[in-house]
Amino acid sequence: MCLGIPGKIVSVTDGEDIYRMGTIDFSGVRKEISLAYVPEAQVGDYVVVHAGFAISVVDEEEANQVFEYLKEMEELASGSDTVS
Amino acid sequence: MDNFVFSSSCPLPIQRYSHITLAHGGGGTLMRSLIDSVILPAFGDKNLDQLHDSAVMQFPQGRLAFTTDSYVVHPLFFPGGDIGSLAVHGTVNDLAMSGAQPLWLSVGFILEEGLPLETLQRIVHSMRRAADQTGTAIVTGDTKVVDKGKGDGVFINTAGIGVIEHALEINPQQVKVGDAVLINGDIGRHGIAVMAAREGLEFESGIKSDSAPLADLVMALIAGGVEIHCLRDLTRGGLASALNEIAHASQTMIAIDERAIPVCDNVKGACEMLGFDPLYVANEGRFAAFVAPKDKEKAFSILSSHPLGAGASIIGEVKTGAPAVVMKSQLGAMRIVDLLSGEQLPRIC
Amino acid sequence: MKFVDEYRDPAAARHFVRAIKSTLTRPRSIMEICGGQTHAIVKFGLDQLLPSSLTLVHGPGCPVCVTPVEMINKAIEIALQPDAILCSFGDMLRVPGSQRDLFSVKAQGGDARIVYSPLDALKIARANPNKQVVFFAVGFETTAPNNAMAVYQAKRENLENFSLLVAHVCVPPAMEAILSSLDNQVEGFLAAGHVCAVMGYREYEPIAQKYHTPIVVTGFEPLDILQGIALCIKQLEEGRAEVENPYVRAVRPDGNLAAKKILAQVFCPGPRVWRGIGEIPDSGLHLTEEYSFFDAEMRFGLAEALRANAASECISGSILRGIKKPHECPAFGVRCTPEQPLGAPMVSNEGACAAYYRYRRHATKGN
Repeated sequence: MCLGIPGKIVSVTDGEDIYRMGTIDFSGVRKEISLAYVPEAQVGDYVVVHAGFAISVVDEEEANQVFEYLKEMEELASGSDTVS
Repeated sequence: MDNFVFSSSCPLPIQRYSHITLAHGGGGTLMRSLIDSVILPAFGDKNLDQLHDSAVMQFPQGRLAFTTDSYVVHPLFFPGGDIGSLAVHGTVNDLAMSGAQPLWLSVGFILEEGLPLETLQRIVHSMRRAADQTGTAIVTGDTKVVDKGKGDGVFINTAGIGVIEHALEINPQQVKVGDAVLINGDIGRHGIAVMAAREGLEFESGIKSDSAPLADLVMALIAGGVEIHCLRDLTRGGLASALNEIAHASQTMIAIDERAIPVCDNVKGACEMLGFDPLYVANEGRFAAFVAPKDKEKAFSILSSHPLGAGASIIGEVKTGAPAVVMKSQLGAMRIVDLLSGEQLPRIC
Repeated sequence: MKFVDEYRDPAAARHFVRAIKSTLTRPRSIMEICGGQTHAIVKFGLDQLLPSSLTLVHGPGCPVCVTPVEMINKAIEIALQPDAILCSFGDMLRVPGSQRDLFSVKAQGGDARIVYSPLDALKIARANPNKQVVFFAVGFETTAPNNAMAVYQAKRENLENFSLLVAHVCVPPAMEAILSSLDNQVEGFLAAGHVCAVMGYREYEPIAQKYHTPIVVTGFEPLDILQGIALCIKQLEEGRAEVENPYVRAVRPDGNLAAKKILAQVFCPGPRVWRGIGEIPDSGLHLTEEYSFFDAEMRFGLAEALRANAASECISGSILRGIKKPHECPAFGVRCTPEQPLGAPMVSNEGACAAYYRYRRHATKGN
């Protein structure tokens, strides 16, 4: 398993792709994290951080998916469609 | 030098050596000069100034409380405190946890060869400030020097004597079913502040240690007539370990509610990042109070009105059952909060 | 915390639990692969909220647990070398080798250090050119690209005093090993969300089809886990066996392309022994030819395995495969505790046995 925690990029230090680093804020705690694997990520984005690296950009539009699914489930008590 | 008047804002000129050498512990003139130039000016007390083999004090009426603790912390200076203030707060708090008003402290230094004298100056001044704040005097002490590599800069032992001027019995055996459990503020700050400064894990948090003297707060509870059954500071091992110790010592079950336990946002953030549980993170200015149910609200309001208890909370109560700590999770499920086998380590996983 | 707290909402959790109860028509067994999910399940008490006819089987998804004793012995051997610094993630230090753990190596003057990131180990190597700095590279596919990056940078910088002791493992071969075992009881999987954040989930599709087993990519917060369970049960009840991804906020179908690219340059698949399970073909990652210079086993002449005696009483193999629960082990909580662990699942923070011990599930009714 892999401890992955969402944090917000507050600054990006210039650096060639594999050396690209950024400061990530986790609820007021800030740590320098490698952004080598999220070249598309920018200041303000939330990223999932694991062992010193951002491994994924959090898709904010999809963040409510679980709540939408819950609503749907309640509406269609016996629905057969799945949500992906 | 003999006429030097203590002033914490005006450090003394450092003598011939800028660092601790083995000779500083050798009992000769260098040791004498270390005591004269660093220790006495900082702690200056009429007892200590006698430099006799023991301090002699007039004890007031009441029962005597006596405790000792050793302090090893890395780094020596951390946000919100240092090993010096910690060594005073820790021992003062141990006295307070038995309901005693702290009076006198002893201090034993184990210094590592090569320690900058300036560092020692900062530490002793910090100790003096902390002692003044708690109304205690440092009345006796000792200094030893160990070879380089055989210490971690400074180790400090402090012992303390306090007076108990009331009739309450405050210890785990007094804990009774129905007792309310309170804490005086949010948990986890000290452990995280120290962790943030640790080599290899550095992170910026703005989190300051909660290190603080708790005697005032305890005296306020006693003065307010609260029927206190037990007090315990939430140091190493945090809230979870402290409550477990009391549950086992008192043979009771302690039930707490996760939602009632305050944790500040940045401590939460740091815990998530490192994979820690704040319940197990050390505090140096937090304690749990077990009080009779009738005095629950009174205790809460006394704690809340004191600056060191502003974040106080009633976190649970004592129940019948096998000795254990159980917690209602934030999702409403009950689980056992056990002792950890050792220090929490950052997880990847 | 944003993207954390909202997924711990008690009311929403209760809705999910109700939905799960109403869909479940008969007893089911679902495995959460990942140790982090096991941890969250016991920490939040999710298993207590769920119907008792649903069994959550705790899988082998803790890299610390499955690292074989031989590798730990090798790490200890390296840490004891006078001019070596062994860097490791925190919980690896407590895992016992045959005789001792990395913590006690420190007590003997060995240099073992905890780092947060493999790049921190690289920093130590740059700062100590006269020391051999070895990073103990454990972890699943989530961690492997990070460790790969450390070596990738080391090669680029000609940093000759850096190397990796590699013990990486991969999830899909382990899932196949579980599904193809004769005594398998697992009917559906919660796939490890962060492994999928890196690798995507296309490689799970053939597994779901071949073994007709639903696989739901699942996150780590209580609501994520409950949703994963709800979707998995829905599939089982409807007779479907698909790969579904409700953890869309973090997982894309193809995963993280930048990470996969470096991963493929530095590591290649190969056999790997899992503690308690044995060797699983192609379930490990090894340094490629191009990066073999950075192989600590070669550099320290440790390629020949150091013999290890696994504790015979320990049933960690059955536990990691989901055949037995920790409290069914005769040694559990008696001769095997977090202070004196026999097997790795008792050592690691989220090892199935330690999690059970900590939250003392079934401790009194265990047989």
